[in-house]
Amino acid sequence: MFKNFFPNKILSFSNKLFSYLIVLMLLFVFVGLIYALFLSPPDFTQGDSVRIMYVHVPASFIALGCFGFMGIASICALIFKIKILPLMAKSLAPVGCLFALVSIVTGSLWGKPTWGTWWVWDARLTSMLILFIFYIAYISVWKFVDNYEKANRVSSIIAIIGSLNLPVIKYSVDWWNTLHQTSSITLTSAPTIHYTMLIPLIIMLIGTILYTLIVFLMRYKTEIMKFKLDKKNKGN
Amino acid sequence: MLSKKVRPRIVILTFLLMLAIAVVYGVLKSLEENVVYFFSPTELYNKEDIPFNKKIRVGGLVKEGSITNDQTSVNFVVTDLNNEIIVSYKGSLPNLFSEGKGVVAEGKLKDKKYFIADKILAKHDENYMPPEVSKILKKTKE
Repeated sequence: MFKNFFPNKILSFSNKLFSYLIVLMLLFVFVGLIYALFLSPPDFTQGDSVRIMYVHVPASFIALGCFGFMGIASICALIFKIKILPLMAKSLAPVGCLFALVSIVTGSLWGKPTWGTWWVWDARLTSMLILFIFYIAYISVWKFVDNYEKANRVSSIIAIIGSLNLPVIKYSVDWWNTLHQTSSITLTSAPTIHYTMLIPLIIMLIGTILYTLIVFLMRYKTEIMKFKLDKKNKGN
Repeated sequence: MLSKKVRPRIVILTFLLMLAIAVVYGVLKSLEENVVYFFSPTELYNKEDIPFNKKIRVGGLVKEGSITNDQTSVNFVVTDLNNEIIVSYKGSLPNLFSEGKGVVAEGKLKDKKYFIADKILAKHDENYMPPEVSKILKKTKE
């Protein structure tokens, strides 16, 4: 499977497959949104503002997931000096950053009617904001540091340090008293979210993952082309 | 299998990672007081240096049947099922504020059992269900 990510394979990654992925993604997002916004029931205390959850949870999942991948890719890149790994991490950053912002904004919109405030400095919200800042830092380094080797090294370190924040985000609600509620879905026990709400959430999650995959593949393809072009120019 | 160049890199990176984890742990541990968003009534009860003049937050469940309104303020009891504390508040309450639900009150302690709040936030728990299901659950409980 990993072989498919090798430069030559990815460049021949056909446009046809992209269109299949896009159609599949649109299908999931369309069905998911209809289900989430119209068919699923309101919550017994939150009412209709529960529907924000169907965007908020997948967005947070992607924001953490992307950075996790970036962290692992950066560690391996520093150790094994595999050239494509930094390009992978670099291609994941913008979409992860976008979803970190979506998570914070939708959370804020939900917090006002539910908690009675847009923002509090509790452990979950603060650590999520820190993740967003790490994303910005990571992207800025690639953007503003001209020397490729230097940008690569600094951004890798940012990704690794930032990854230490991920378990803090995940477990903040268990380790400390926070205003943010604990997870409704865990590996160890039955979900505390009714199945009429769980199904649209899972559909939206799959749609969001597909979207992320598509954006990642497009960026990754571009990054490899740029990298090859740079190499060629240097060679001449 | 690992080449001679790779092995020292793994050692150095592992060492640096451990160091970074230790630093993060140390910082979070020393900032615990600030990382915790609110104290439960029991934590407040067991606390040695009770901050009377500092703004703090106390959180828990609004005790069933404890909400009383007089002309200017609303009083209720916050409980964590072990200890409780009376909270007095003037102002508008969030929509989700109700008996048996989570709440976080921000303000100052008057004494160990009496808290004067200037801000009330409703805390939502991790249970999500449609109203009909909640009705059925309540019925079976009774």
